[in-house]
Amino acid sequence: MSTDVVTPAAERGPEAETAVLTVNGQPRELQVEPRVSLLDALREQLGLTGSKKGCDQGTCGACTVWVDGRRVLACLTLAVTCEGHPVSTIEGLAAAGDLHPMQAAFVEHDAFQCGYCTPGQIMSAVKLLEEGHASDDAEIAEWMSGNICRCAAYPNIRAAIRTVRDAAGGERR
Amino acid sequence: MRPFSYARAADVATAIALVREHPSSAFLAGGTTEVDLVRQGVLRPGLLVDINDLPLDQIEDLPDGGLRIGAMARMSDVARAPGVVQRFPVISQALVLGASAQLRNMASMGGNLCQRVRCSYFRDPASPCNKRDMGSGCSALDGMHRGHAILGGSEHCIATHPSDVAVALTALDAVVHTTASGGDRMIGIDDFFLLPGATPDREHPLERGELITAIEVPGWPAARRSVYLKFRDRQSYEFALASVAAAIQIQDGTVTAVRLALGEAALTGRPATAASFAAAAREELAQAETRPMNAFKAVLAQRAIVRALSTLTDGKA
Repeated sequence: MSTDVVTPAAERGPEAETAVLTVNGQPRELQVEPRVSLLDALREQLGLTGSKKGCDQGTCGACTVWVDGRRVLACLTLAVTCEGHPVSTIEGLAAAGDLHPMQAAFVEHDAFQCGYCTPGQIMSAVKLLEEGHASDDAEIAEWMSGNICRCAAYPNIRAAIRTVRDAAGGERR
Repeated sequence: MRPFSYARAADVATAIALVREHPSSAFLAGGTTEVDLVRQGVLRPGLLVDINDLPLDQIEDLPDGGLRIGAMARMSDVARAPGVVQRFPVISQALVLGASAQLRNMASMGGNLCQRVRCSYFRDPASPCNKRDMGSGCSALDGMHRGHAILGGSEHCIATHPSDVAVALTALDAVVHTTASGGDRMIGIDDFFLLPGATPDREHPLERGELITAIEVPGWPAARRSVYLKFRDRQSYEFALASVAAAIQIQDGTVTAVRLALGEAALTGRPATAASFAAAAREELAQAETRPMNAFKAVLAQRAIVRALSTLTDGKA
């Protein structure tokens, strides 16, 4: 939270106005109404369709992205609130042409069937390991419970997470 | 979603003034309930005042053993704060058992207390609901009410408050600190959550433009031996059907102090045994008003109380 910056509380909207979001390290200018969710801004305006719209009410986790480096739900986040708060999406996870270790592990373990929840699962799983809540399958299941997989690929998702955890070393407590 | 305006407040005074001046405005914190309800058309703000940049996110251990939680501290940060984990495990447990990791990263503690009920009739603008539209009736009374209240309801509303940590804070006699243009005030947690009675639309005593700044939990060494027990239809990421926040102090096998979220149990001075826990639980639930779909809750709640207290005292009495 920026606590030292005092800015005048300019009212904006309800019409679309310019907002600048930092997405995957790049400043992106867009025209948004205040009611536009971060998810819709990413998908409809910035063409970043990796983040998925499942429930659009904060229950499925398919839209999981990072804001200020924390995993959050883009469908319950208003785009305008992210000005000054960097956003990371699945598209920015790995350098061009490479896979992030978590992406590679999902491929290796076939941790999906239809794939719709996968970007959210991966964005959530990377943070899960950073948070240190992957000591065993029960803990992984509990701390990944915000990401629903209706194909029920859960055993393979957990296997992928364990693989990255063990390869990284030191994650097991 | 209906259109609305937006302003980001950089300081508390600006936030309060903006909400006070605009009759259809509301504070926006984590937004995890609010954005959803605006999208559903249940809430219809003309202006949302973003308070996420306000410097109200500290979590402080107080010299007297108490705890001060800034209103904008996120659930996830409070749950893992060492002072909370060690001295008030019931708070940490209640937070971790609520929502999902993503939602806990977003939701603020002040917003948690102000979150709206999960009653499906409240969340559906097409259904009669006294909380949303006083006088239209309560659809849950004779409708789907499996998750609804068996204590504290009224003929106008039987929705339960969805917060887990509110149960823990109630057991610990927390105090809600607020500020408004007229000054600051402190509201005891029991006075903060209003029973529906004849005014289910009024859920807490906050005035327009009154902002929660912090939640203070009084120091109580016995809170180190505290637990939050939650029963629900799914193992994770689900609201409670029944839950108990409990803390207990025992000397020589006798209960010397106890705090339960369902109210002060008539336990003090009695032996710390399962039998006296069960008797106290029966007394707690004696006034339960059940309906066809939620009658099981009266039994579930009693067993939850006994289980929570037994968990805390097993082998330690």
